[in-house]
Amino acid sequence: MAISAGARRQQNEMEHQQRGSETLLSIEGISKYFDDALAVDNVSLDIRKGEIFALLGASGSGKSTLLRMMAGFEVPTEGRIILDGEDITWQPPYQRQINMMFQSYALFPHMTVEQNVAFGLRQDKLARDVIAERVQRMLKLVHMEKYARRKPHQLSGGQRQRVALARSLAKQPKLLLLDEPMGALDKKLRTEMQLEVVDILENVGVTCVMVTHDQEEAMTMADRIAIMDEGYIQQVGSPVDVYESPVNRMVAEFIGSVNLFEGEIIADEGDHMRLHCADLEREIYIGHGVSSSAEDLAMLYALRPEKTWLSLQQPEGDTNWSSGIVHDIAYLGGHSVYHVRLPSGKIVQCFLANTERRAERPTWDDEVYIHWSDDSGVVIRP
Amino acid sequence: MSDLKLRKLDLSRLPGGRRWVISVPYAWLLVFFLLPFIIVAKISFATAELAIPPYSAMFEWVNNALTIRLNLDSYLWLFSDDIYIHAYWNSIRIAFNSTVLCLLVGYPMAYAIAKAPARVQATLLLLILLPSWTSFLIRVYAWMGLLSNSGIINSFLMWLGVIGDPIQMLNTDFAVYIGVVYAYLPFMILPLYANLVKHDPTLLEAANDLGARKWTTFFRITLPLSKNGIIAGSMLVFIPVVGEYVIPELLGGAETVMIGKVLWQEFFNNRDWPVASALAVLMILILIVPIILFHRYQSKELNS
Repeated sequence: MAISAGARRQQNEMEHQQRGSETLLSIEGISKYFDDALAVDNVSLDIRKGEIFALLGASGSGKSTLLRMMAGFEVPTEGRIILDGEDITWQPPYQRQINMMFQSYALFPHMTVEQNVAFGLRQDKLARDVIAERVQRMLKLVHMEKYARRKPHQLSGGQRQRVALARSLAKQPKLLLLDEPMGALDKKLRTEMQLEVVDILENVGVTCVMVTHDQEEAMTMADRIAIMDEGYIQQVGSPVDVYESPVNRMVAEFIGSVNLFEGEIIADEGDHMRLHCADLEREIYIGHGVSSSAEDLAMLYALRPEKTWLSLQQPEGDTNWSSGIVHDIAYLGGHSVYHVRLPSGKIVQCFLANTERRAERPTWDDEVYIHWSDDSGVVIRP
Repeated sequence: MSDLKLRKLDLSRLPGGRRWVISVPYAWLLVFFLLPFIIVAKISFATAELAIPPYSAMFEWVNNALTIRLNLDSYLWLFSDDIYIHAYWNSIRIAFNSTVLCLLVGYPMAYAIAKAPARVQATLLLLILLPSWTSFLIRVYAWMGLLSNSGIINSFLMWLGVIGDPIQMLNTDFAVYIGVVYAYLPFMILPLYANLVKHDPTLLEAANDLGARKWTTFFRITLPLSKNGIIAGSMLVFIPVVGEYVIPELLGGAETVMIGKVLWQEFFNNRDWPVASALAVLMILILIVPIILFHRYQSKELNS
């Protein structure tokens, strides 16, 4: 399933290139103040036609406010929102060709599933049979035909989500907004629904912006991710981009786990560079150069725990390793997280895949070596 | 939902402590509502006598024979004279109209309070309740002072020169409506507020998002969702107003004959307790039928 999602993503990427990444929604310099508090800080974004775009951030990062401005529930203090060439900044929600699936689903409790899905269509004063036909199609799309006559309180959480999705797709919006789409589901159902929702969206071919605080969800579902912090967009890129090439410390720390080493450039040769870190006995050797100016020699080296190796023998070479003592082990089934204390006192995380059922593995207080390769980590400007 | 659960509640299945706690309100209702009602019903089947108590006994033990006498005269009497049917009809009509008026006035007020910032809601509710801290009677008297021919409103209008002669307001149905709506408005507003304040604001956003404007959203979402509040408020106004005595007595005219007034006359002027009791029993039956029908409908809707 995960592979199919990945393949789809690649295919999407190719389609984008073919279509020249046609922009559907442009956000131009949007800022939003609540009284004196700045919620969204000068954000500019382009959402491409047909993509699933995720706004990822912690609570209070401004991602929900940004989504609500797209829906029309909030009006930006500054900036413009352009949908398909039309300035919609001041358009009320009921005029926008944008529909939203709410975190709580916001299904109308006094209406049946059918009536809920038909609500938007009835506002458009469509003919009765057109509405009935479209409602049937939508319910079929989300596999809820059997529940058409039920009321929302007679449905499970997952079923409610399907209805909410059908309702927000019924009007065939240009843009679909998902507010924490899996927020109300338990973990197991969540992973199932993530892929199914992506399939449905793919099927319909709708452009979608979703808000989430769950990085796994963003990476599973989205083609591109924008990482928001304090009202500001830190980085926009594919899941691979933001994970493997974070542009700053915030992004590196927000997505996944990371070991950060503060260091100084001692050699930058174009095809390689060396860093000296106070926390490490050995230098870090990196298989590429960065174009650094002479003034900023201070750098951060971000090393993901799964890109390190743990061994009991001293590695060869005189760079990219350190000795340490196993401080703590978290056995998570698929892999174990080792917390290794370096001689400097710094604690470093290292993942060890549990590929054998019972194997000799380092245990508490063992003397171990942690090492990595030339291209394991990323150099970040602090 | 809770009514339904209560009805299905089997007291014997509850653990000891809870059974006692729940039985307290039941005992209260039994002693102070059901027993008196049975006594009233019993009197309604008696005949009036000049004695103490002023009615005949229902059970008699004469010559080893127990006679139970159910005298239906009082009930037949109620249907023989137009005045009673007229009074019932008048009471129901006035109660219905006042309920509608209370709803029309109270709904916007309850809505406004529910939508007000949380910190002022308590104050606004207090303002609604504040008048009921003074005596009911004094407030009705105050309306007499306002509405009478030499009252404040007429004097002011005459001083302005808008009218030459005072408008007859006191002792009309109009005055009764003013008094009833004024006195019973809090009973409409409170349940409505309690309902409206619980509404999920994202439902309104969702409706808005799906293309509904403000008024459509109100009529398609807010109004249907507040149905239970409307029903609760309407019952709280309608039922007591049917039997209302003080307001029509003080503000109403000679033609405003309501059942409460007739009851009073039968009890205290005619000293005909059986007829008065029959009036009371019939009134309860008239009120109980729609309530039962409504409950049926509600539980049916819940089970569907």
